[in-house]
Amino acid sequence: MTVHSTSPQFKQNAARALSDDQLQKALGNVKQGFIDKRQAAADKLPEFEALRDAARDIKNHTLEHLDLYLEAYEEKVKASGGHVHFARNADEARDIILTICREAGARTVTKGKSMISEEIGINHHLEANGIRPVETDLGEYIIQLRNELPSHIIAPAVHLNATQVEEDFRRVHTHLDAKRDLSEPVQLLTEARAVLRERFLAADVGITGANFLVAETGTSIIVTNEGNGDLTQILPKTHIVLASLEKLVPTLEDVSQLLRVLARSATGQEMSVYTTFSTGPRRGTDADGPENYHVVLIDNGRSSMLGTSFEEMLRCIRCGACMNHCPVYHAVGGHAYGWVYPGPMGAVLTPSLIGVDKAGHLPNASTFCGRCESVCPVRIPLPKLMRHWREREFERHLTPATVRSGLQFWGFFARRPILYRFVTRIAMGALSLAGRQRGRFSWLPMAKGWTKYRDFPAPQGETFQQRWKRERKGAAA
Amino acid sequence: MSARDDIFANIRRSLGVNGTEKIRHQIVADRLERSPKGVIPQRGQVSGEERIALFKTMVETSLATVTEVASPAEVPQSIALFLRNHNLPATLRMGDDPRLQAMPWSDTALDIAHGPSEGRDLNAVSHAFGGIAESGTLAMVSGHENPSTLNFLPDNHIIVVSAKDIAGDYEAVWNRVRFAYGKGSMPRTVNFITGPSRSGDIEQTLLLGAHGPRRLHVVVVRD
Repeated sequence: MTVHSTSPQFKQNAARALSDDQLQKALGNVKQGFIDKRQAAADKLPEFEALRDAARDIKNHTLEHLDLYLEAYEEKVKASGGHVHFARNADEARDIILTICREAGARTVTKGKSMISEEIGINHHLEANGIRPVETDLGEYIIQLRNELPSHIIAPAVHLNATQVEEDFRRVHTHLDAKRDLSEPVQLLTEARAVLRERFLAADVGITGANFLVAETGTSIIVTNEGNGDLTQILPKTHIVLASLEKLVPTLEDVSQLLRVLARSATGQEMSVYTTFSTGPRRGTDADGPENYHVVLIDNGRSSMLGTSFEEMLRCIRCGACMNHCPVYHAVGGHAYGWVYPGPMGAVLTPSLIGVDKAGHLPNASTFCGRCESVCPVRIPLPKLMRHWREREFERHLTPATVRSGLQFWGFFARRPILYRFVTRIAMGALSLAGRQRGRFSWLPMAKGWTKYRDFPAPQGETFQQRWKRERKGAAA
Repeated sequence: MSARDDIFANIRRSLGVNGTEKIRHQIVADRLERSPKGVIPQRGQVSGEERIALFKTMVETSLATVTEVASPAEVPQSIALFLRNHNLPATLRMGDDPRLQAMPWSDTALDIAHGPSEGRDLNAVSHAFGGIAESGTLAMVSGHENPSTLNFLPDNHIIVVSAKDIAGDYEAVWNRVRFAYGKGSMPRTVNFITGPSRSGDIEQTLLLGAHGPRRLHVVVVRD
């Protein structure tokens, strides 16, 4: 069992999102900020495109040799005094984590931001077993107070406005003066810093994710801007790293290539503020750091993606650029996708992990504009992979009957070119004639779904193929 | 079958391999041994004064502040001045880094504390393992010399870096780490720090001082 999914209700989720004024206001911040910043960072580094190629190649190489790099990594972690645990699925991962927490006598667990921890639903499991998990990334902390899932993989509270955060802080931080001023975002930040500082110092176990694992040295790497991940892993006696299998890279040189594209693609920074390389527990002469270091390597569907067309998705480094550039994400936000991973990367990954029968709407929620692929730092062909899911959905007869019969109807003509040209010519001519007065239709039979929201422009009278022929002739003459 | 064995079996089945192929082992061993460099941006490939100038520019781009002193003996006065200029108390925590220990702290009125932080220190100083000009990044290694808690708990973090330790790129730092700790080995923690702590989680507005230091000040030492 992984976290509950509302992906099957994508259409209802999306409709609700489109009429949510708070959400639409907050989503405006995505459109403006991320795109310009990424472009500026890419423009400042002439080698950026070459680095994207290198990043893609490193990930491909690692995946092709994943078994051997995993063995090398495991050996190095053990040699540095750490423990490696393998989990086939979310259930096993949760059991392992709970056991470690119990052995540590944990009452409070601090957490750095980790998407895999959302995927396995660890917070709920710990709570159910009497252990209090505290999210420490500011955005994650806010959504934990609201009992929500992240709506973005690097900006989990991007769907909220400051006034909503203020309301939550007043509701939860009841030990503070009710008349305090929280009208400025910086006051919210300062309050969260003070509240969470106490949690950091009191925690028995710290759980972080990993942006990368390095086989050469047995190192786990986290990348943050706040420093919360570091306080999470440095202060408690036990540090647990959660990582899915595909986080592995061979060497420190390889990870340096990936770091050069990660922050630029995500936030437009040259480098994130804190990039932390952790290898094993505290050493003999260390003055601080955790005494126990555990890594939980989680498969949860990844090993079955290898060797398929979806293997390319395992290159993903979770920068969020695809959703930052996605017109569908801009319109409906992350929660509409109904599970852990939103946007184009979620539309490809979610069907792999929870099944295309549940998440089939997601790869269909794309205009195939191609912006996601054009900005992906590891060049994942996201539209192509979404198309693969649509094909599989069709093959497995999961597509709704109306869509199927529509496609069959179209397919009948598409396979008969002479008939196709004849029918389209008549149809376009008729539509052109009928719409010549207004130049558009506000109503069309069998196209209510379209005309309900916008007018359908009247064709000019010629089909595309006719025009193509005419212009080619003109160009040749 | 254990989860571990099952996962390896599934990976190998998916990849169409059995894990004993000599050529695959050789490819992996070779990459781990040689750790080939990839694309190194030209930006950092400068030396001498130009490299130090680039480092300082990039440190400022990351919203940290930077100053330069002519010798280690001038570091305490420079830090005292920084604290005074920002109306900060004259206290300072540090580890037992011999380079810091050798500096004339008694020339200042600073109240010095030693050892890791427990979260109640306003100011701390650490000595960097190195700097990276390409991005204005400081590379810190853990240990009693420079406890990692000093990098995160104090409100104001001051990092001293020797000009000679400023490299052009990350790869040059990894070479030095390998020389110091052995190939394939690492200190418990390496922190790459690029600017003061920040968050954009509230309405995507950049705010400094999220959980880590609100201010980061870098002192470049010529020697």
